[in-house]
Amino acid sequence: MNTPFDIPENPDSACRPPSAKDFLVDRIFRALARIGVALILALVFALIFEVGRKALPGMEKHGFDVLFGTVWDVNQGKYGILPAIWGTLYSAFIALLIAGFFGVSMAIFLTQDFLPAKLAAVFRTIVELLAAIPSVVYGLWGIYVVIPAIRPLTAWLNSELGWIPFFGTSLSGPGLLPAALVLAIMILPTVAAVSQDALTSVPMKTKQAAYGLGTTHWEAILKVMVPSAATGIFGSLVLGLGRALGETMALAMLVGNANTITVSLFAPANTLAALLALNFPEAGPTEVEVLMYAALVLMFITLLVNVLGSLLMLYAQRGNK
Amino acid sequence: MKRLMKSAALAVSVSLFASSAFAESVRLTGSGASFPAPIYLTWFKDFSKNTAGVTVDYQSKGSGAGVQDFLNKTVDFAASDSAMKDEEIAKVAEGVQLLPMTAGEIVLAYNLPGNPKGLKLPRDVYSDIFLGKITQWNDPKIAAANPDLKLPATPITVVVRADSSGTTAVFTKHLSAINPAFKEALGEGNTVNWPATDKFIKSPKNDGITATVRQTPGAIGYIEYGFAKLAKVDFAVLQNKAGQYVVPNAESGAEALAAVKMPENLVAWLPDPDGAKSYPITSYTWMIFRKDNGNPAKAKAMRDMIEYSLTEGQKIADSMGYIPLPPSVVEQVRKASANIQ
Repeated sequence: MNTPFDIPENPDSACRPPSAKDFLVDRIFRALARIGVALILALVFALIFEVGRKALPGMEKHGFDVLFGTVWDVNQGKYGILPAIWGTLYSAFIALLIAGFFGVSMAIFLTQDFLPAKLAAVFRTIVELLAAIPSVVYGLWGIYVVIPAIRPLTAWLNSELGWIPFFGTSLSGPGLLPAALVLAIMILPTVAAVSQDALTSVPMKTKQAAYGLGTTHWEAILKVMVPSAATGIFGSLVLGLGRALGETMALAMLVGNANTITVSLFAPANTLAALLALNFPEAGPTEVEVLMYAALVLMFITLLVNVLGSLLMLYAQRGNK
Repeated sequence: MKRLMKSAALAVSVSLFASSAFAESVRLTGSGASFPAPIYLTWFKDFSKNTAGVTVDYQSKGSGAGVQDFLNKTVDFAASDSAMKDEEIAKVAEGVQLLPMTAGEIVLAYNLPGNPKGLKLPRDVYSDIFLGKITQWNDPKIAAANPDLKLPATPITVVVRADSSGTTAVFTKHLSAINPAFKEALGEGNTVNWPATDKFIKSPKNDGITATVRQTPGAIGYIEYGFAKLAKVDFAVLQNKAGQYVVPNAESGAEALAAVKMPENLVAWLPDPDGAKSYPITSYTWMIFRKDNGNPAKAKAMRDMIEYSLTEGQKIADSMGYIPLPPSVVEQVRKASANIQ
């Protein structure tokens, strides 16, 4: 077989050109990889097309009323998803705030020589195990453990500091705060694992150079290691946020599903994913159109967050240089 | 060797032929309401076990989805808590036979400090609670009906269904019947627009409501009687049309069913039943069949399945938290099932 690498063989040389088999394997692998990529892209476009096609009648009929309406009343044909959009973003950002802080701290703790390597590996596995727990278990855990646990604190905050809008209502049970707390734990493994990878991939030399310049342990971490790994850490936050926006079952059980827009952390709220999951099974034809519309909005929000995240990261990198 | 293979092939083909000739099996598929699903699944399992060659599969996906499947002809029969709309019936060229198969009650589960039993709720009070008008447990109206109970000064957290559900339809139908303000503001349906306050919380399914009520001091929510019985939650004693306070159970449910005469089309609603002992929130639930199935074996299997449900099936209704059909209704359903051909 004639390969592009067909050069006359030199019997004295230890190196040899790739054989026909090597060449074939390489080409087949490349073709498979391309097909794989093409299929993924095709799947994404098919998904957007299909959802968009089904959402189109709803978009034509209701237009922007859906985006800015606050009432969801199937009997009167009023469909507004603004409270759900608000709740989705609000709960995801609070969750990201909590998970970001703890996840990055955890990554620093586990990678920057605070623990013996073996012990760190054990902790890492435990954190990653959190990702394997099913969503519905988190939901139940939220109802039976988290809500009773935070109830005394929220009651105190509401009675003593009720003038702060964040604590403006008393917590009845399911609401924004328990939902965001559980959501934070759910995205913690993502944030922690990706941040750890980012921190471990900073070359050893960088740290040694920092120590060589006379920095303390913490100065080396905060001024050298974390900034060097910033791109990866930021990527972990964007990934975590993406997961938080799309999380469904645990939120459906914990968020209270009330169509209200409020900044109070203790009030029930609603999210797009929960709205979709709870209304699809029994939706009539007109409702399905609006739900598809809402699904498209959720996809768009996720896309927007990811694009904004990437842009911010690019900007930050450029600023560094 | 060759001969051996030939005879083996022959044997295989004979046995294939034989199995297809003898196992003339009928498979019925149904889908719909989740409220009667536990009892239906028990019926179908027992019936399939006791009847050679017939298997019945049922998927609990909700009344609306069941009717939709029935219209799309993806199932042989459907089940619905809200029967079937006239315009939906008109779409079925083969004709529709609705059969009430069992009935259930909806109870108001509550969670109060100290777990007092037997909270009494007058008609105007519980409808106003779900309208968001009565918001405190120590409201004078609740206190007046419960002089023996010490009611706390906590806000009432109302827990309602987040998902679209036949249970909500039955419950709001009742509230609309007894309270004009409720009918005006919310109306009835599988989902309604509950008041948007931070004391109205929506949870998915019966389990979600039960868990939320359990974990929330001062909560009240509506769930199915069978479910409440299994979950062992406290539920309220409600005042009926005659002004009496009635505990939900099989007897009070049967009284409510007896108070309504079953019409010719077998669709009877009991939004607010008469009778001193009737439990106020009681409802039938239906199975939906095509009159002309174009398949005698299937139609016979359906009739057998209905007969089994009407005889053996009704015996387990009480223990599973459902209400057995009154004997006169059983007779009417049996007669009507002959229409399924």
